[in-house]
Amino acid sequence: MTTTATKPGGGGKARAAIAARTLRTDRWWLAPLVTFVGLGAWVAYATVRVFMHKWFYVEQYHYLTPFYSPCITDVCGPAAEFGTPLPSFFLIPEAAFTLPFLLLFRLTCYYYRKAYYRAFWLSPPACAVPDGHRRYSGETRFPLIFQNAHRYAFYAAVIISVINTWDAVRAQTTGLGLGNVILWVNVIMLWAYTLSCHSCRHIAGGRLKHFSQHPVRYRFWTFVSKLNARHMQLAWITLGTLALTDFYIMGLAADWFSDLRIIN
Amino acid sequence: MKRHFRVWRGDAGGGDLRDFEVEVNEGEVVLDIIHRLQATQAPDLACRWNCKAGKCGSCSMEINGKPRLGCMTRMSTFAENELITITPIRTFPVIRDLVTDVSFNYEKARETPAFAPPSGVAPGDYRMQQVDVERSQEFRKCIECFLCQNTCHVIRDHDENKPAFSGPRSFIRAAELDMHPLDSRSDRKEYAQASQGLGYCNITKCCTEVCPEHIQITDNAIIPMKERVVDRRYDPLVWLGRKILRRDQLETRPAPSSVAAPPSSARLPASAAVGPDGHMDIAELTAPLQGGPSPFGDDLTFPIAPEELLYNHPDKGNKP
Repeated sequence: MTTTATKPGGGGKARAAIAARTLRTDRWWLAPLVTFVGLGAWVAYATVRVFMHKWFYVEQYHYLTPFYSPCITDVCGPAAEFGTPLPSFFLIPEAAFTLPFLLLFRLTCYYYRKAYYRAFWLSPPACAVPDGHRRYSGETRFPLIFQNAHRYAFYAAVIISVINTWDAVRAQTTGLGLGNVILWVNVIMLWAYTLSCHSCRHIAGGRLKHFSQHPVRYRFWTFVSKLNARHMQLAWITLGTLALTDFYIMGLAADWFSDLRIIN
Repeated sequence: MKRHFRVWRGDAGGGDLRDFEVEVNEGEVVLDIIHRLQATQAPDLACRWNCKAGKCGSCSMEINGKPRLGCMTRMSTFAENELITITPIRTFPVIRDLVTDVSFNYEKARETPAFAPPSGVAPGDYRMQQVDVERSQEFRKCIECFLCQNTCHVIRDHDENKPAFSGPRSFIRAAELDMHPLDSRSDRKEYAQASQGLGYCNITKCCTEVCPEHIQITDNAIIPMKERVVDRRYDPLVWLGRKILRRDQLETRPAPSSVAAPPSSARLPASAAVGPDGHMDIAELTAPLQGGPSPFGDDLTFPIAPEELLYNHPDKGNKP
């Protein structure tokens, strides 16, 4: 008589012996590759710009690049809005107080974590494609347990967004040019990215058990939830607007081209 | 029109991919092809299936390497000359051919503390507002196909994490109960962190990608649960506030030992009756018992005396 295989629970515990590491036939490597190239290029550009120590301010129109805001070293000159407590030294970025927090905000961001765990750490490179590492303990121990500090980086990012808004307002006092438009687009996108953060969603109302008792927080949570669904897009858009804003101001400061003025 | 298929055949002892040429008609799904295979060339090909409508969660398999439901994968999504490879889900032990032993998931489900009714409200008097229960309802869409459990690299690529890690399916259950307006347990965050292994998740979102019910597992369950754990475990401001305001002494929280809560049912799953060769009979007619094994075990007679029931009332010290 034919029998069925081993009974459930009582038999062997071996997985199916499938030799191929993955049987995926689509181009699963494309998305991590694009992420790798995109993030790598952006980090390279930002590093070069941050340690360039010039072409960050257009005095005529008060344009300050977000990579140097707030400017707090001795090279800042008229760009310094908050004093210059730091000496000028080639290893100290002009925005030495804010850049570490911005880096931390993006490093611990729930979207970027997915992006770099997949593209850089290959853990896993794509769904149903094997992990590139033999052992895995996730975010349970040092140093990755510090990913849980994301909300502190979020608080810092809110303060930095206020400073960026101030930069845009200050530039607005000189009239209106293409640079102002670029600065405002950048600031609005930065706010959208910051407010769409998963920690913000939690603080806004996600932590509540009874939405009906907190109607205002519920509405705020609903708003943040809508933004939060676009967190990935906003993460990439802000990388683009940051680089574009910086490049435009660098071009103006270096006299490669002149600002397109609409008023004044 | 005939198309080329490769299907994994074998059991725990070993197996390999076999080639088949199978007729494919317009409008068919992969599960139809499996059925045609069974009807024509491979009558003993084992496959779990039930509803053919993507609602029972039985026909989980890997089609061209991707975890999918066989009944929800249309043949029209493949190119006409494409070779289609069908394998069992990899993360769980194989029983035979496309059938795997998914009892890992049921063990983890049993370990998750059940809904704790609010004290002072009799069953039948539970009242909730829709806005309050809405978030939990998304997770009730789960059909328990275990594709998320299968694709999660924490256990798929690292079998040794299985004891410590409960998987996305258990996380949405934990989130569902923690967000539930009437659930009275307050230690679910601690439980998720200490006993379910929430920290192992590195939010690479594959569970969300494969979910046939399109539940936003990562964004709506795992990340909110991680943030709730941060509230309790990793937030120094919250910790300081609780110490200064002495809130930690006000709250009547269960003793820490209850964090690793006992399973809500002490009984292990009953296994099917087997013949002397250790295998089940293939035909029901010749088996000693007809029909599937009772989920309560075959050695029980009903009604069961109340003192033998396996229900742990949450208010009564959690003693069985």
